[in-house]
Amino acid sequence: MAKPAAGALSRKAGEFMNWLDERLPVTTFWNNHLAEYYAPKNFNVWYYMGSLALLALVIQIVTGIFLTMHYKPSAELAFASVEYIMRDVNWGWLMRYMHSTGASFFFIFVYLHMFRALLYGSHRKPRELLWIFGMLIYLALMAEAFMGYVLPWGQMSYWGAQVIINLFGAIPGIGEPLTEWIRGDYFLSDATLNRFFALHVIAIPLGLLLLVVLHLAALHQTGSNNPDGIEIKKLKDDKGIPLDGIPFHPYYTVKDIFGVAMFLLVFAFVIFFWPEVGGLFLEADNFIPADPLVTPTHIKPVWYFTPYYAILKAVPDKLMGVLLMGTSVVILFFAPWLDRSPVKSIRYRSMQYKIMLGLFTIAFVRLGMLGMAEGTPAQTWEMRIWTFVYFAFFVLLFFLSPRERTKPVPERVTH
Amino acid sequence: MPTDGVNKGRRRFLIASTSVVGATGVGFAAVPFIQSWMPSAKAKAIGAPVRVNFAALQPGQILKVLWRGQTIGILRRTQESLDLLATMDDKLRDPESVESEQPSFAQNEARAARPEYLVVNMICTHLGCVPQVVPEVGPQPWEENWNGGFYCPCHKSKFDMAGRVYKGVPAPSNLRIPPYHFIDDQTLLIGVNPEGVA
Repeated sequence: MAKPAAGALSRKAGEFMNWLDERLPVTTFWNNHLAEYYAPKNFNVWYYMGSLALLALVIQIVTGIFLTMHYKPSAELAFASVEYIMRDVNWGWLMRYMHSTGASFFFIFVYLHMFRALLYGSHRKPRELLWIFGMLIYLALMAEAFMGYVLPWGQMSYWGAQVIINLFGAIPGIGEPLTEWIRGDYFLSDATLNRFFALHVIAIPLGLLLLVVLHLAALHQTGSNNPDGIEIKKLKDDKGIPLDGIPFHPYYTVKDIFGVAMFLLVFAFVIFFWPEVGGLFLEADNFIPADPLVTPTHIKPVWYFTPYYAILKAVPDKLMGVLLMGTSVVILFFAPWLDRSPVKSIRYRSMQYKIMLGLFTIAFVRLGMLGMAEGTPAQTWEMRIWTFVYFAFFVLLFFLSPRERTKPVPERVTH
Repeated sequence: MPTDGVNKGRRRFLIASTSVVGATGVGFAAVPFIQSWMPSAKAKAIGAPVRVNFAALQPGQILKVLWRGQTIGILRRTQESLDLLATMDDKLRDPESVESEQPSFAQNEARAARPEYLVVNMICTHLGCVPQVVPEVGPQPWEENWNGGFYCPCHKSKFDMAGRVYKGVPAPSNLRIPPYHFIDDQTLLIGVNPEGVA
């Protein structure tokens, strides 16, 4: 306010904000969720994943809108229209590779984000609902990714969709009519592709956005957990501000922007130099147009589905395999209640829990690798072992965690 | 909400009845949307029977045609593979085809109206891939004593030369046999059973 001119300007700006605030709670919202929203001061690298997942969602929506402008959702034209985007549309290849690479990064962030919860007990009371909204986002994301992968109408699109839709056929009684209803035809056809397009570009994204809003609303109600797994709201200063809290803006906005920059560096490298990631992000068979007469010799889903796919393959019975695969996802919803340990963060938990979580992590990664493999009898047995480990983690957790020998938890956050 | 002098019973009744009527309306309105996902009239019309001329088919060869978008194989079997069918029972989950889907005329060892020709829906009964036909007898990566048959690359299901499923594989039942009949010695009609057969 040194110069009168600047003072007049800022007075005008203030008047405008008042005018705005009387009509829309802009300042209130800014303060409640950013400038006066207090987050624990000891966030570490794991806490980048949420904001990066949000960025991935934005990238998917923006690139997706532009891809929709050139893509043709018909069995006749879909494959050629994707090639048209790749070869003829100005910068089409960039949009397409951003979208396909973005999908994989979205899952990388979501998996690390979920693992962070298991590390620090972020899903535990009072954040159960926050976790459930997160799980629903994960489910919606799986549906979104699956249908998106069908759209190029390549061989892997076609046969992957064939396998996934037929999973519903395992349900006794209604299975066959249900698959017919999903496909809209007696086989996977134009009708299926067209409705998957509608679901992929409008229905599921709308649901995803709503769930993200609910996820954030639930987060801001309870406040963030932290690597020490203690509630910072318990100790407040005389103004009611948590002693271990810092305002989200500017502290964590700046931190998150640093994370964004690091991610964009890696993202750009993958898009420009390695978009297929050796068949992990985009499979070679999907560069062949869909052919209902020929099944590729080795069908596998994209990497983010392979752990569950391995569980499906490990069971030599159709219905049991589908049920076990479904259970392996559904059981995660109950994680906040299966873990009954008196402490939340791994920092204060027993060696026993650390070993269990370690084995669970190895099981998930190993299942993911085996889910992509050809499937020799030895690999089938290994899949069975890791499937057992996967479920044993939750069962043991439920029975052992109440009596766990934990370390004393500090009053204030440490690092 | 002001509560003075309010007939609470009446208010509850109005809320409940409005909710029920509204929910019923939503239920009825949902029907067209759900049914719009069923196969359209056009998709149903395309599911008509298919005529196939198989005169050129040699023993050991397979001819694939599309019926209702599904791959139907017409496999001409050699006498050798027909003889081997009788030796398979121990390896099979449903050798008599009791729990499998076929017209009544095909519920036999060869699962066919004429043993020489297997007419089979090649969609795997597990998750719908199309298995490879491997008629050669001899060791294969997936089976030491392979007597010829179908092998599904997706989830390693195995079927014999009559489309009967092996034990210990994910597919729950034998490959389906579609309705069909021989019009003459070189023409098949797929999609319609002979008269008098269910």
